[in-house]
Amino acid sequence: MQHILLRGRDIPDIWKFDVYVKNGGYEAFKKALGMEPKAVIDEVKASNLRGRGGAGFPTGLKWSFIPQSEPVKYVAVNADESETGTFKDREIMETNPHQLIEGALICAWAIQAKAVYIYLRGEFWDLAHDLDKRIEEARQAGFIGQNIQGTGWSCEVHTHLGAGAYICGEESALLNSLEGKLGQPRVRPPFPAQKGGGLYGEPTVVNNVETLTNVPWIIANGADAYKKIGTEQSAGPKIFCVSGHVVKPGNYELPLGITLRELLYDHAGGVPDGKAMKAILPSGGSGPIIPATDAVLDTPLTYEDLGKIGSILGSASIIVMDETVDITWVAAKVTKFFKHESCGKCTPCREGTYWLDKVLDRIMAGQARLSDIELIDSIAKNMQGVTLCALGDFAANPIIYTIKNFRDDFMQHVQKAENKPAPRTRQAAPAGD
Amino acid sequence: MALSDKKYAQRIEAAFAKYPDKRSAVMPLLYLAQEEYGWVSPEGIQEVADLCDMDPTQVKSIAGFYTMYSEKPKGKYWLQVCTDLACALRGADEFYEQLKAELRVDDGGTTEDGLFTVEHVMCLAACDKAPMLQCNFHFMENLDMDKMRAWIAEKRAEAAKTKK
Repeated sequence: MQHILLRGRDIPDIWKFDVYVKNGGYEAFKKALGMEPKAVIDEVKASNLRGRGGAGFPTGLKWSFIPQSEPVKYVAVNADESETGTFKDREIMETNPHQLIEGALICAWAIQAKAVYIYLRGEFWDLAHDLDKRIEEARQAGFIGQNIQGTGWSCEVHTHLGAGAYICGEESALLNSLEGKLGQPRVRPPFPAQKGGGLYGEPTVVNNVETLTNVPWIIANGADAYKKIGTEQSAGPKIFCVSGHVVKPGNYELPLGITLRELLYDHAGGVPDGKAMKAILPSGGSGPIIPATDAVLDTPLTYEDLGKIGSILGSASIIVMDETVDITWVAAKVTKFFKHESCGKCTPCREGTYWLDKVLDRIMAGQARLSDIELIDSIAKNMQGVTLCALGDFAANPIIYTIKNFRDDFMQHVQKAENKPAPRTRQAAPAGD
Repeated sequence: MALSDKKYAQRIEAAFAKYPDKRSAVMPLLYLAQEEYGWVSPEGIQEVADLCDMDPTQVKSIAGFYTMYSEKPKGKYWLQVCTDLACALRGADEFYEQLKAELRVDDGGTTEDGLFTVEHVMCLAACDKAPMLQCNFHFMENLDMDKMRAWIAEKRAEAAKTKK
């Protein structure tokens, strides 16, 4: 299959400006500039493209929320890629950066934005400096700057480096961070697309890297062609990040709708050393964990089908665990992540992750009590739906779903702790045996 | 003022040119301060505050919020090892323990020769190339202890040479 997003797999030099242009690069942008901005939005709407950062919100609809009457509008590209198990945007930006820039420019034209800010996580240090060079190439060619291609419309593109905070991948925290404030989420409404809710208070579209990288293909080939890829409700290609216990971890660009089995066995080579697959996290650390049953493995990877089996597609960062993995350990590990990454603004998330971590440490140290399972389940459930952003829900998921789907793993810790004889009452071993 | 050194002038100007608001330059300027002092020192905080028209307390709170600004001096090589779930499933915890033992430091510690600081961090978006770490913001991937021992020896030899 020819790649639409990871075109560096087919054309290794496509990160170079001239190679990208030789292969049709920036033609979609020129085509878009010949269309009415609203027509561009309508085309993206018709394609059924949904946000690839995790939330799956319809992209064209998001663009259409921007009030055209406002004189200043922005595009913020979410390149903060920080979800455990996600490494797709990095490959796009490393190997096919111009397609992201082109997609962001098409979005900017569609909403008539004044500037595009690409917010990269600080750890993408080298990548951001390379991306600056690619942006400069596009500027030299007249695709960025004043009076772009004679349209009278001007737009700048800048990179902005974060500095190590998962929360800045949340759109309102990202905007705060860009404004030089603490990267904490904002109260909504107003939403980023509304006056008062976006960057510097101006209406702003915040889109993920992979989402925007789809856009040039949609404009070049049309929404109808795009909809032929994937399923009716989940159109297009998707990059699946596969990590953990598989023979070939890595990114796989495939049409939405392939099954977990095809992805994990045919493409990623299955579990190493002939072990059985025990559990799957389909959406990194933040989504519900599911047992690797036949029914689960035969589930098509779409927004709608993963919902039916009690999980989410999210950013499709799929972490695989073999039969040797103690799921209690997974809960503890992921909880440490969220405890560290909670921004501290909302009490249920800040305190909840702290206490979850403490109780899980006790369980992992061999002092589990039966009541601990109910305790952490109750803490987690009290964190759901009561915080400004989704991090509170994300942090609750690893507890609620590990207990729901792998209660036996927790029970083993309880039984081990209960069976452990207290040192003082220990009987001497029977002689001669 | 060290950020007033000529060598930073162009980058400071470029940082301010990106944004309609001075305050937005606080993060890029904190990186410059860290480059100058090796960490975000009180002098660095004050200079960034003056440049951005902010209160030093506000700048300090920004520096403290993010893990990539160091609030204390670090070794020449700042090794941040990802021990998150996806990496841990591929041996990152064991790798990190061995690395600490090799360098004889605890989590967050710096070796006596001031060369290496080691700490564990959350996901770095390189889960398919675990175990991995970032050294002074550059990624090192698909690691094992043999590779690390060779790399450490190389850096120690370089340091010994410059001392002479």
